[in-house]
Amino acid sequence: MSLLSPVAALGRVVLGALATMGRIAIFAAETLSHLLRPPFYPREFLTALMQIGWFSLPVVGLTALFTGGALALQIYAGGARFSAESVVPSIVAIGMVRELGPVLGGLMVAARVASSIAAEIGTMKVTEQIDALVTLSTNPMKYLTVPRVLAATLAVPVLVAVGDSIGIFGGYLVGVNRLGFNPAAYLKNTRDFLEFWDVASGLWKGAAFGFIVALMGCYYGMHSGRGAQGVGRATKSAVVAASVLILASNYILTEVFFSA
Amino acid sequence: MIELSDVHKAFGTNRVLRGVNLTIPSGQSMVIIGGSGTGKSVLLKCILGLVHPDKGRITLDGEDVETAARDAFLARFGMLFQGGALFDSLPVWQNVAFRLLRGSLKRPKSEAREIAIEKLRRVGLKPETADLYPAELSGGMQKRVGLARAIAAEPEVIFFDEPTTGLDPIMAGVINDLIREIVTEMGATAMTITHDMSSVRAIADRVAMLHDGVIQWTGPIAELDATSDAYVQQFIHGRADGPIAAVR
Repeated sequence: MSLLSPVAALGRVVLGALATMGRIAIFAAETLSHLLRPPFYPREFLTALMQIGWFSLPVVGLTALFTGGALALQIYAGGARFSAESVVPSIVAIGMVRELGPVLGGLMVAARVASSIAAEIGTMKVTEQIDALVTLSTNPMKYLTVPRVLAATLAVPVLVAVGDSIGIFGGYLVGVNRLGFNPAAYLKNTRDFLEFWDVASGLWKGAAFGFIVALMGCYYGMHSGRGAQGVGRATKSAVVAASVLILASNYILTEVFFSA
Repeated sequence: MIELSDVHKAFGTNRVLRGVNLTIPSGQSMVIIGGSGTGKSVLLKCILGLVHPDKGRITLDGEDVETAARDAFLARFGMLFQGGALFDSLPVWQNVAFRLLRGSLKRPKSEAREIAIEKLRRVGLKPETADLYPAELSGGMQKRVGLARAIAAEPEVIFFDEPTTGLDPIMAGVINDLIREIVTEMGATAMTITHDMSSVRAIADRVAMLHDGVIQWTGPIAELDATSDAYVQQFIHGRADGPIAAVR
């Protein structure tokens, strides 16, 4: 083995990663270009909206409820160290709408939706259903990718908004019932310290995360390998890529939105 | 007429097609035979534009398939896939009428459904099948639905990819007879790829044998048994000894 072998191996990994990033960027550009050009498939869009939006509500809602409650407990315990227990309502609200609502919502949707899209499209690929679409004069990008990406981009901000509300409610339940806050005071504090941009920034993040989730599901599904193992690998890659990209883009968006 | 001239296709270092020359006259049923992994499906996918050849030219009635207007070109084709390739999320009738529910051939929903039921009847399936989902059908029924979908828009050219794979001999015979009847009745040009010799004898007007990336032999079905081509003889008699390596 030559001394340069580890360097060559590292180079191959880096080149492979760059090539994948390039392919994903081209796939995203193609998706966006098809978004604006007919034919459109409204039925597929509505089905995707139901699958991604409506059916993700329970998992996002429960995640937000427990996160809001835990956040209230943590802030109360931490705040007690410097006699700042009263900040619980405002910090829970700001933390949920700016950060935890969109990020945890995005991650839960990534786990549920990116995997499901990648498995569905991957299975369609290995059973030649994608080829069948082409022979039936239907562009798979327009029929499969565009409706899912558009639906996720529109549905996830709504899920985030619902998740934010449930998360704040979770904090309220714990604050009032467990930590002894006055209900009216808790609500007033939540309202007074929450600004429009806190909520709006979280919704924009949700839209970006929805786009990423569906794009990764479609990309890895369309590029799935053969057989059950190929579909399994595509599903795993879609969830991992979507999760990492959500966390990375969350940092970038936070820098863009809040670094003054 | 479909013409392939010097068609090459490689996947990495695997040179699958190494200069295929073949003519499929209009209205004729051409069957491509050859062992597993010899590039029969790749050849078919090259004609449809699902795979792009590295070199060579494929024309349909003189028009290059690579430069033809895609929608109009594909509207002339129907295809039965090996595994049926039915869309799991759609009921049978929407699978059959897929092309009639969208795009340039779009018809009103009720008319598309009527055509789908008619095509299902043509392939021997009852109208009740129309509202089932593909997962509720047997393998033979899925093939029939795939066949109904292939003929739904009355295409000029129909491709059949291993139409009898995975079926019992009786069902295979039924599918072979259906293909023969439908192709004759529609006057369509047909291209079938298979390694099932009973399909070859039931479906073919002409036969071509693909081996080592080239057409080793082609001729009318009547000459298949009499040919002295060693590749064809080994293949049709299923012998382990001969110019085709048994282990590939």
